[in-house]
Amino acid sequence: MQSFTYERAASAEQAAAAVAARPDAKFISGGTNLLDLMKLEIERPAHLVDISRLPLDRIEETAAGGLRVGAQVRNSDLAADPRVRSRYPMLTQALLAGASGQIRNKASTSGNLLQRTRCPYFYDRNMPCNKREQGSGCAALQGFNRMHAVLGASQACIAVHPSDMAVAMAGLDARIETISPGGETRTIPIGDLHRLPEATPHVETVLSHGEMIVAVTLPPPPPGRQVYRKVRDRASYAFALVSVAAIVEKSGDRIRSARIAMGGVAAKPWRATEAERMLAGAAASDGAFTDAAEAALAGAVGHGDNDFKIPLAKRTMRHTLAAAAESA
Amino acid sequence: MTETKTSNRSRETRSGVIGRPFDRIDGPLKVRGDATYAYENTLEGTAFGYILGAAVAKGRIAEIDTAEAERAPAVLLVMTHRNAPAQPDFGPAVMPTVPEVFTRARPALNSERVRYYDEPVALVVAETFEAARAAAGLIKVRYDEEPGLYDLPGHVADAYAPKRTNAGFETDSVIGDFESAFAAAPVKVDATYRTPFEHHNPMEPHATLAAWLGNELTIHTSAQTLANFRAAVASTLRIPLERVRIISPFIGGGFGSKLIAHADTILAALAAQVLQRPVKIALTRQQMFANAGHRAEMIQQVRLSTDTDGRLTGIAHDVWSATSSFEEYCEQTAVFARSLYAAPNRLTRHRLVPLDINRGEWMRSPGEAPGMLAFECAMDELAERLGLDPIELRIRNEPAQDPERGVPFSTRNLVACMEEGARRFGWQRRNPTPGSAREGRNLIGYGMAAAIRPNYIGAATARVAIDRDGRVTARLDMTDIGTGSYTILTQIAADSLGVPISSIKVELGDSRFPRTAGSGGSWGAASAGSALHNACTALKQRILDAAQSSEASPLRGANTTEASFADGEVRLGQRSASLADLVRRIAPDGFEAEGSVAAGAATQSYKAFSQHSYGAHFAEIAVDCDTGEIRMRRMLAVMGAGRILNPKTARSQIIGGMTWGIGAALMEQTVLDPRYGHFVNHDLAEYHVPVNGDVPQMEVVFLEEHDDKANPFGAKGIGELGVCGAGAAVANAIYNATGVRVREFPITLDKLLPDLPVIAI
Ligand SMILES: Cc1cc2nc3c(=O)[nH]c(=O)nc-3n(C[C@H](O)[C@H](O)[C@H](O)COP(=O)(O)OP(=O)(O)OC[C@H]3O[C@@H](n4cnc5c(N)ncnc54)[C@H](O)[C@@H]3O)c2cc1C
Ligand code: SF4
Repeated sequence: MQSFTYERAASAEQAAAAVAARPDAKFISGGTNLLDLMKLEIERPAHLVDISRLPLDRIEETAAGGLRVGAQVRNSDLAADPRVRSRYPMLTQALLAGASGQIRNKASTSGNLLQRTRCPYFYDRNMPCNKREQGSGCAALQGFNRMHAVLGASQACIAVHPSDMAVAMAGLDARIETISPGGETRTIPIGDLHRLPEATPHVETVLSHGEMIVAVTLPPPPPGRQVYRKVRDRASYAFALVSVAAIVEKSGDRIRSARIAMGGVAAKPWRATEAERMLAGAAASDGAFTDAAEAALAGAVGHGDNDFKIPLAKRTMRHTLAAAAESA
Repeated sequence: MTETKTSNRSRETRSGVIGRPFDRIDGPLKVRGDATYAYENTLEGTAFGYILGAAVAKGRIAEIDTAEAERAPAVLLVMTHRNAPAQPDFGPAVMPTVPEVFTRARPALNSERVRYYDEPVALVVAETFEAARAAAGLIKVRYDEEPGLYDLPGHVADAYAPKRTNAGFETDSVIGDFESAFAAAPVKVDATYRTPFEHHNPMEPHATLAAWLGNELTIHTSAQTLANFRAAVASTLRIPLERVRIISPFIGGGFGSKLIAHADTILAALAAQVLQRPVKIALTRQQMFANAGHRAEMIQQVRLSTDTDGRLTGIAHDVWSATSSFEEYCEQTAVFARSLYAAPNRLTRHRLVPLDINRGEWMRSPGEAPGMLAFECAMDELAERLGLDPIELRIRNEPAQDPERGVPFSTRNLVACMEEGARRFGWQRRNPTPGSAREGRNLIGYGMAAAIRPNYIGAATARVAIDRDGRVTARLDMTDIGTGSYTILTQIAADSLGVPISSIKVELGDSRFPRTAGSGGSWGAASAGSALHNACTALKQRILDAAQSSEASPLRGANTTEASFADGEVRLGQRSASLADLVRRIAPDGFEAEGSVAAGAATQSYKAFSQHSYGAHFAEIAVDCDTGEIRMRRMLAVMGAGRILNPKTARSQIIGGMTWGIGAALMEQTVLDPRYGHFVNHDLAEYHVPVNGDVPQMEVVFLEEHDDKANPFGAKGIGELGVCGAGAAVANAIYNATGVRVREFPITLDKLLPDLPVIAI
């Protein structure tokens, strides 16, 4: 770990300005991801701006009937909030399926969204990795890529975004509020926050340097039953092989609407819009779920070790949709 | 839940201290954080070291630029092969004798050669850990990289036969004519299994604080076997043994990865010498993967043949294992198969493929852990082919004596373990047709496997003293690696001397104490315990001699050999006296005595009897029919392991072992990248061990047993028995649940998925 200077931000604007002022500065929130990366010198900020004490830790009702979640709300608190549990149960399920109790107690909403990939080659400075070091190559492409992406990847990078929370939020059409160094704010649909790797895997989001997330707004809960299903190699404390967040709204035996997001398959939470379109108006049947799952993975490409993710994602989606449709 | 069918008061126990489930004596210290582990020791002026590892797996250091690191704040020393104190060369890949593996010099920063990925190439020592770590990042190294070999399956054709396996067993065993028997048999199984690289990953990393006082070196470290560390440090630094003291009172797990000294110990000693100040170094979790041993990847072919009644006519177990190109390690993977089942024609072989990686080391249950994982699955495959219940198949092949050595068993309760287990587990509920038991969207399966593990005794000596207040102190260089050594040794001394356990203080983990074989190979309790027992016997004799002859003795002149020590009293014939009172009167300075035990292999009893512990594992699992996720539901182990000294610590050992079985069956695997030669998933986020949620209800039952051939207590080793066969029981349950036989461990869901039928919703 390289030495760094540290300051505690007094306000969101000041924090944004402090980071913007130095190209080698970074925000630190819970630090559960950033510190690990700094110890291994994968991240080498020379200056840290601590935003963990900013008063952004509230969960408030919005006029529209949704919730506004401050960037500093801890993962544990968000999962336990009674309003989240009753109105956005799949967000609670996703949060509780992530990391460990200790990490969730420290991890923040914004840090969770912006956590970096767990690609093991990214984590080893001796290995070629375009994300860590532009133009050095991608060791995972021909290497051990069991955890890697099957959708939206490029020859430059096949890493996945590891967050569970973000997948549920994607299914809920969350919106990300940011503040820029000049004090301007903007709102970004969660689907637009993360970028696919293309030729520039080191650029992971649309945020500019110094732009800070202040809140995540959840629109009013969509009608239908919500289910988050995470598939992993052990019962707890493992990243998703694949995960599916599904909301199915039924009318009689037919599906009125469906929302589906997938995790563990791409560099961002992956909305399965084509599958959603197919399900709208269809009979709630095994056949419809199977077809939707096929459609969701239609463009998927495996890289060897991770080929299994394609059938796994389909199977998981099929039964998650069925579970969401069960008593919806 | 644990049950022991061993009665609390067994034959020679008067006080009933042995066999009782005492809590761990070191428990309160550990809960309070008062047990000081190696890295927590502080000495005035301690400096902190940080190791920089090689970025390539094979080649040489062409250039190493340490200038910037040397200029960094608070840096005291940057050590590389250019300025490290002279050390002996590493020496040959195979040492002339088995024990030398433990004691050989293990030089570090001794050469420009890089032998494996992440091998230390530099050490930075600074005033703080942070400063050392930051400076290590400033060192620039250029390597001349050379192509290396990192791929076992691709080089099986180049395998060689080592001279012996670990622990000195024969490389091959051949009895009868296996090939002909196999060719002629009506029923056979020929199955090849793969087991991956695995890492011990004890909670406490390898860590050392080294300090010189004049020419005496004191090493606080985390060691299972102090004598090995002492010898390796002495030979690496070329100083006499007597000048090295090793201290290791508390160890946060070892599992075999702390039997020999590693780079943290050697480099701390060297840096402390150069700087003339105490130096502290720990391996990082990531560094432990390359620098602290592993279980090697293996390919195992098991061939079994029977007559139509399921009686084995042939057993063959062939093992190809990865080893290191510069230091051989051959796990004794097929050795257990020489003792487990009867068959007239038998063949076991070990072959090695040298790779450019660090040496494999002893990892909990070396041999049985990977070997039984394969072999006991093959037995399950055979049972199915025969249409026999797996337990019945094993009963039909129960040998009357050790099938290869031709000597009787000291005790062997395998059949009783299986039968008792079947009854308790509800084995009759198992549906023998695979893939046919469903609950909701879960496929349910039952599996079982046998367990066998040799009983080793290592040479050990103990010293015991009693003072004028009746307080007993036992000292030996034994270690407690979290297993309960402090507790059972206390029980043994209390039992022997007939005093309450509160009168006993056991001191371990200091090389100034008499030498033992330490903790490893499940020999600790029996070896150190026997030595202590003998020391107590000698102590009692001293006390009795003095009691009869001393002027001040109330028992003076008691002309009898009928003596007993019980309830704090010494009884001689009809007369008795309080032990403490007696000592105070006749020996104001107290008494002291030593006792020893010889290495098992050298004893007559070991030559005349086949000595093993046995057991039977049972597992019930559920497989999600949609995702293929495998989750344990319950496990049972029934063990016949001699007399149980303390059912509580014994149960902990067994359930820990069973948890290792779950890990081996379902998740533990380190991936060696065949292009770069590094372990890819080298941290605990990516190397999965079972977490609480993976470990189900576990039941452990000990059958009543007393092995009078083993040692004075009739006890046998149990630290590793719980692992043996546990993973195979899980794997067999998966097959029973799904009808899919995965022969490549660990059984992760991706391997099940292609053959897992899609079930209608
Ligand atoms: C062993 C382990 C297992 C885990 N398992 C899972 C899992 O199963 N599922 C899962 O989803 N997660 C998992 N995690 C990841 C965990 O969720 C993240 O580490 C955590 O959410 C990060 O939050 P933080 O507040 O600590 O972020 P930090 O580490 O503080 O920050 C992460 C990044 O976000 C940036 N950042 C933070 N806040 C802002 C802001 N407001 N504006 C702009 N930039 C910001 C920081 O600069 C940094 O780059 C695991 C982590 C570990 C260590
Ligand atoms: S997948 Fe992406 S993060 Fe991983 S090595 Fe390739 S470029 Fe780096």
